[in-house]
Amino acid sequence: MAQVTFDTIGKTYPNGFEALKPTSFGIEPGEFAVLVGPSGCGKSTLLRMVAGLEEITSGELSIAGRVVNDVDPADRDIAMVFQNYALYPHMTVRRNIGYGLKNRGTSKQEIAAKVDEAASLLNLRDYLDRKPSQLSGGQRQRVAMGRAIVRDPALFLFDEPLSNLDAKLRNQMRIEIKALQRRLGVTSIYVTHDQVEAMTMADRIIVMNEGRIEQIGTPSEVYHSPATEFVASFMGAPPMNLMPAELDGGQVRLFGATIGETTHTGDVRAGVRPEDFLPDPEGTLMMNVEIIEELGAHRLLHGTLGDTSVTVQVNNENGAGVGPIKLSIKPGAACLFDRKSGQRL
Amino acid sequence: MKRAGFDTLSLPVLLLLPQLVIIAVFFYWPTIVALQSSFYLQDPFGFGSTFVGLQNYADLFSSREYRKIAWFTVTFSILVTFFSLAIALVLAVKADKVLRGAKTYRTLLMWVYAVAPPVAGFIAVIMFNQSWGPLTEFFGLFGHTYMVGVNFNDTAFAMILASVWKQVPVNFIFFLSGLQSIPRSVREAAMIDNRSATSRFWDVTFPLLAPTGFFLLIINITYSLFDTFGIVDTVVKGEPGNNPMTLVYKVYVDGFRGNDLGGSSAQSVILMVLVLALTIFQFRLIERRIHYT
Ligand SMILES: Nc1ncnc2c1ncn2[C@@H]1O[C@H](COP(=O)(O)OP(=O)(O)OP(=O)(O)O)[C@@H](O)[C@H]1O
Ligand SMILES: [Mg+2]
Repeated sequence: MAQVTFDTIGKTYPNGFEALKPTSFGIEPGEFAVLVGPSGCGKSTLLRMVAGLEEITSGELSIAGRVVNDVDPADRDIAMVFQNYALYPHMTVRRNIGYGLKNRGTSKQEIAAKVDEAASLLNLRDYLDRKPSQLSGGQRQRVAMGRAIVRDPALFLFDEPLSNLDAKLRNQMRIEIKALQRRLGVTSIYVTHDQVEAMTMADRIIVMNEGRIEQIGTPSEVYHSPATEFVASFMGAPPMNLMPAELDGGQVRLFGATIGETTHTGDVRAGVRPEDFLPDPEGTLMMNVEIIEELGAHRLLHGTLGDTSVTVQVNNENGAGVGPIKLSIKPGAACLFDRKSGQRL
Repeated sequence: MKRAGFDTLSLPVLLLLPQLVIIAVFFYWPTIVALQSSFYLQDPFGFGSTFVGLQNYADLFSSREYRKIAWFTVTFSILVTFFSLAIALVLAVKADKVLRGAKTYRTLLMWVYAVAPPVAGFIAVIMFNQSWGPLTEFFGLFGHTYMVGVNFNDTAFAMILASVWKQVPVNFIFFLSGLQSIPRSVREAAMIDNRSATSRFWDVTFPLLAPTGFFLLIINITYSLFDTFGIVDTVVKGEPGNNPMTLVYKVYVDGFRGNDLGGSSAQSVILMVLVLALTIFQFRLIERRIHYT
């Protein structure tokens, strides 16, 4: 188990593009940290800097207390699982898994024993003598995992390892990877742009946007108290509703209803999760429902509140028809953001 | 998959006809004529011919000169193929690492490809000019008087040098594109698995280049056997004498200089069999085995 410390780590590519603005944070020993953010926000860049595949242009990176900026990838005691698996096509599964050990001077017997152990753990025993081209996507994914765990590294790095799998397999592998990580207790950094993956797997989520880290927190923190409007709108499907609110002498009003208090001055926006609206005959918010999405256990109502489009989630006893519906907001559920900076108040 | 078909036979035949005619006139007919005349002894002055059966072949196999040329051809082909491939591979591996200026580098190297074989031979002749060739002067520094066309080994070296020089760019382009088609992530995975760049090259990069390499191997063997004719011709300057020559050049010398059409045809047939064997080797063994995905 290793701690990973980022000390004002930044990345500027040779073409002058700043892919990562200098940031500092740490990942605790044994933690499963998920890096999430939209495409191009710099997730892979950050991960590859940890792996040593991309040069660190500013700051200091430590793994298990050792500064690794200038350490060769092979000497960082890390293992990486790539999106396209990156298996060696000309080697059998056995040799693929054992290759890293062989180069570290492990004895033949020990390699055989470790490969066998990893293969049993991953249900790969029957495939050890096959070439990667003779395996299914899920099996290749397992081989890539095997190659990572067999070396017993201090840190696992995953770069969207599940995005080439179909939805069902993805759910299954998600659980397997998480269970494996729990069992081995190896510190892990997992990159994904799928916020469901992030929510379900992470001990802590690191939300990134345009080379910046927007928030670091547990899935529940990130979901219920997003630090910025970006996090609010990125996490959760459907995302949080953001609506203009008015300040009236310390009281925050949303379409006439009082939803909180603040000492802040200036324009603010209120964020409310779809499930935090309640259908309420006494409610003061009048929503005009235009489209109903039936999802079985619940319904999504799409429509407008004032002149802002909103999405509301209700259980299936409510909201059966289009047209006006009266709503109220769960007490304390609304988040307030500064209009200009997008920061939470 | 459903295949589209023709109802009648006449239309497909008609469509294929131009191609078939070309193949028949330029490939099969000469082959048949060569095969046929290899069984005859032609009168040097063109007054008819006598059927001699396999005598032409028997003469060849018992000829010391033919065996010597065959031996030289084998050595020549091995050397040309090996050095063309090895030099090209080294250049490609280096070029693959270069990010800036890679295009210019590639284009400059590619220019050599556009040089016709006789011109390549001519350049070699100039480089090795008896009185002022730069390479002659270079060898002179070591006390060796370089004499192309007189000294067997000197002439052979000039031929090999020109042939290798001419072939390196083609191989380079193929190797470079082969290298660039290796997924970046596979190489990166290897970087994490193995510290040594040299052993990474032999364990991962080289095996993944094998399909390209085997394809080029066949191409280069064929090149060194047949397409070096122009180079050999220029370097030898049409004066076979004691000079080294390849089997293909010997076909020309015997047939057109010596007017021994029968013997020359027999030699062509032997070469044809060689090409056939190479082709079968390529299709059977290589195409089947060395593909990964
Ligand atoms: N070698 C490079 N030179 C210059 N810019 C680069 C280079 N590699 C990546 N970038 C830029 O850096 C930014 C971050 O790239 P990165 O690959 O880290 O994104 P990502 O968050 O992993 O996206 P995705 O989810 O699509 O994989 C992108 O805008 C990209 O265009
Ligand atoms: Mg990425």
